[in-house]
Amino acid sequence: MRQEAIISNKVDWVTVLLFGAMVLWGWINIYSATYDVNQSIFDLSINSGRQMMFIITSSVLILAILIIDMRFYEAFAYIIFGVVLFLLLLVPFIGKEVGGNRAWLGVGSFGVQPSEFAKFATALAVAKFIGSVGFKMDNLRNQIILFAIIATPILLILLQKDYGTAMVFLVFVLVFYREGMSPFLLLVGLGVSIIFILTLLVENNWILYGIIALIWGGLIFFNRRKKLKRLAVITAGAIMLAGTIVFVDIIFNNLLEPHHQKRIMVLLNPELDQLGAGYHVYQSKVAIGSGGFIGKGFLEGTQTKLKFVPEQYTDFIFCTIGEEQGWIGSILIIALFMTLLLRVVFIAERQKNRFARVYGYSVACIFFFHFATNIAMTIGLFPVIGIPLPFFSYGGSSLWSFTILLFILLKLDAHRMQVLQRI
Amino acid sequence: MNEGRKEVIQVVFLLIGIIFLFKLFFIQVVDGRYKNLADVNAIRKEVQYPVRGIIKDRNGKLIVYNNPEYDLMIVLHEVHAFDSTKFATVFNLTPVALRGLFKDFYKEIRNSKANKVQPYPFIRQLSNTDLARIQDYMDEFPGFFIQARSTRAYASKAAANVLGYVSEISKNQLDADKTNLYRQGDYIGQSGVEKFYEEYLRGQRGVKYFWRNKDGVIKGSFDGGASDTLSFPGQDLTSTLDLDLQEYGEYLLAGKAGSIIAIEPETGEILAMVSGPSYDPTLLTGKNYSTNFVSINRDSLKPLFTRPLMAQYRPGSIFKVAQAMVALQEGVITPETRFRCDRSIINCHGPHSNEDLRGAITNSCNPYFWNVLKKMLNQGKSDSPFEDTRIGLAEWDKHMLSFGFGKKLGIDLPNEKGGLVPSPAYYDRAYGGRPWKFSNIYSIAIGEGENLVVPLQMANFAATIANRGFYITPHIVKEIGASGKPLSSYIEKHFTTIDSANFRVAVDAMERVVTSGTGQYRASLKDIIVCGKTGSVQNEPNPDHSVFIAFAPKVNPKIAVSVYVEFSGQGARAAASIASLMIEKYLYGKTKRPQIEEYVLRGKFLN
Repeated sequence: MRQEAIISNKVDWVTVLLFGAMVLWGWINIYSATYDVNQSIFDLSINSGRQMMFIITSSVLILAILIIDMRFYEAFAYIIFGVVLFLLLLVPFIGKEVGGNRAWLGVGSFGVQPSEFAKFATALAVAKFIGSVGFKMDNLRNQIILFAIIATPILLILLQKDYGTAMVFLVFVLVFYREGMSPFLLLVGLGVSIIFILTLLVENNWILYGIIALIWGGLIFFNRRKKLKRLAVITAGAIMLAGTIVFVDIIFNNLLEPHHQKRIMVLLNPELDQLGAGYHVYQSKVAIGSGGFIGKGFLEGTQTKLKFVPEQYTDFIFCTIGEEQGWIGSILIIALFMTLLLRVVFIAERQKNRFARVYGYSVACIFFFHFATNIAMTIGLFPVIGIPLPFFSYGGSSLWSFTILLFILLKLDAHRMQVLQRI
Repeated sequence: MNEGRKEVIQVVFLLIGIIFLFKLFFIQVVDGRYKNLADVNAIRKEVQYPVRGIIKDRNGKLIVYNNPEYDLMIVLHEVHAFDSTKFATVFNLTPVALRGLFKDFYKEIRNSKANKVQPYPFIRQLSNTDLARIQDYMDEFPGFFIQARSTRAYASKAAANVLGYVSEISKNQLDADKTNLYRQGDYIGQSGVEKFYEEYLRGQRGVKYFWRNKDGVIKGSFDGGASDTLSFPGQDLTSTLDLDLQEYGEYLLAGKAGSIIAIEPETGEILAMVSGPSYDPTLLTGKNYSTNFVSINRDSLKPLFTRPLMAQYRPGSIFKVAQAMVALQEGVITPETRFRCDRSIINCHGPHSNEDLRGAITNSCNPYFWNVLKKMLNQGKSDSPFEDTRIGLAEWDKHMLSFGFGKKLGIDLPNEKGGLVPSPAYYDRAYGGRPWKFSNIYSIAIGEGENLVVPLQMANFAATIANRGFYITPHIVKEIGASGKPLSSYIEKHFTTIDSANFRVAVDAMERVVTSGTGQYRASLKDIIVCGKTGSVQNEPNPDHSVFIAFAPKVNPKIAVSVYVEFSGQGARAAASIASLMIEKYLYGKTKRPQIEEYVLRGKFLN
């Protein structure tokens, strides 16, 4: 009893309130997205009713997370990670196929997506590894292990052909950067993605080779008096970018499936195929764009009600908000996420040990990646990849996964003073 | 070592948020395009075509009505893969024809006349029997639906030129339309009554808006039906035509070029208006409109040319009646004035030598009217013969115009021509400023020369004489819709500048034309006094046009007629026969002179 009272005093209530607001608003919007005059929001046969069950079970999870000893998460990080990896490995063999993806494990009508839980499990593993005694970011061996930790779930999830979820794990690079990794990798990553798009846009690749050669020459010239190592790094970067061009065609034409190719081409030219590959983006933009400044009003959205927007209660839930609540609603949702992200960073920074801080940044970065990609794809700034909007999108696995992710951090945060005392 | 990295991450977070806010501001607030796109998506517009007004004759007999007809509409966005072989069978198409239809449709999309989300007519004008066959299969072809509308149907093949036809509005008409009522694919009256009374006949199109979901399934009415409009049927018209008389006229004129017009003098109502040659109105309705129209339009006999209104002829001897009344009114002659039939300047026909006015009209004496016009134009009001003629002609003009000559009468049909009554200004132009006097222009005395009239004006002239001095503008529609009235301009009496006493002289003379003059054999009827005047319009080197005007009975006239039969010789033959048959048919309901009817139908009028 005494311990619980202490926890409720020390839990970061700002974050809890943000969490509550988002989950409730999401729930109302799921109701609106699948609105039927004859059914109540609590009706378990419709999505809003089921989402309510997910919210209730999430609350139970929160209690459990807060009750479990805080040392459990660090101590069992690798074991949790291992279990989730094992489940991911099982999925391609015994998983249920839902909507073209074999990503579900379950019995009967109850199923979970292990890939969702891989997020917090990986965050725990990464935090534990970076937080371990003797870890040094500039140690090559440590770096290889670190990348292996995030590469394993990526590969296993790629086996399920769930490219969107696999991409989430790339965001850990941002966490590594915070913990001391050279920004060079981030910049090269950025350069590679820019080159990737340019290769698809520009017909003649020699123009791109020329541009890279020019930049390389310029950088060499300005750094000609610097160390040989710097020049080698620049040259390596240039070769990497040029290599990207060579491989983009191969990647694009051989590695990506036709519907992914189309989704990327449609992103570059959204009007390309309104009724085919561009349908998602087109309808989504129309729904959001038609919302105007103050929106059409709750339950008044035509595009979502009449089902023009596909998957409007899961990945495209933002369309309902954009259409019914307008730009005002958009501001509010972006403000909520910004507040949450900055609050989580704030919490991470006030941790007294490295494990908790790295875990906090992982939470922030995972939320950030979901938020950024999800909104970006609904407004046509990013290809359509199946990524939910945390706390808003319908779905048990994703809500539980995000709840666990967030509340483990709150649990660690509530005991940050104890950590100090113990050490 | 990791100084500032926290801030970098925070900045990245905030930057993305701000980019989103800007992008969202642009698509939600700045760019208004999406609002329309959303409506195009979600609102299905269903047009309810109004039923066009029907047209009945003066006795309540149906002439023009509507046949239901169906267009197969396509909404490409909602079309799923379907069995094209079955589609072709159901719609009676060959696979090649079906492919052709899709090709055409895609072409329309490229020309942005059609789009993928709004309905577009895929196959037009399916009949009732087609529909019966098709209906059961419609649910197998999502994205296609049947749109009901109607086409014109005709109870009689008569009066095609007068009634006109209806067809899809053309691109040019659509561009020129200022009412903004028409849309592509709408029908519009293209000629005749259909065109003139378009605004009454067309009715009002209704539009219903529905919400539809992405599969095109209707999900209730848009805005609770607040923006919907009801469709109102067009107003029915009652024509002045007597369908029996009209059909009889067409029967008589079959195989000839010319026109017959019959008017009820008291009201100006047109009882019959026959244009020969004509066409079968059913050809210009329904599926084969385009091909039929092309062949009718190319016909060398010009069946689309409405002769009663558009053919301008010289009036011929009929004009002498008008001439006589004008001279009487001006006081330059009296009914007793005699002129010697001196055939040195102008030729004449028949055995007569020194007639008074009635005799001159009866015998259609050319030199007599040469003298009448000379007296009329040269009244000695000026010393100069040129100036004197000018003053006289201006006076003459005034009277002639009051008969309705030289201007459009204003019938309720399109494309009416006005004919020509030469004025001083006209001769100034014609002579290029050189002086002219009576001796230059005397051929107008006998209705030749520069005079031009259309057959309608001659019928109106006959009606004016029958009324002894006034006419009501001839019209073809006597009741519009529920009002039961014609347009207001068809009630007003137009009085001539001639006293009715002078008309009595003309009436007497015309009576004698039929009883004892040029028209006596074929135009006279038992028990009824017919007043008429023959005319043979010179047409060198071709045969004359045969012309006759008449009214009957003499007292309380019920019908006035003008008949033109082209290239058929003397007025006393073809035209007089037809005119008297029309009068007989109208007054008695049947004709009792088979020999005259046979003569007309045989059609050999020359020699």
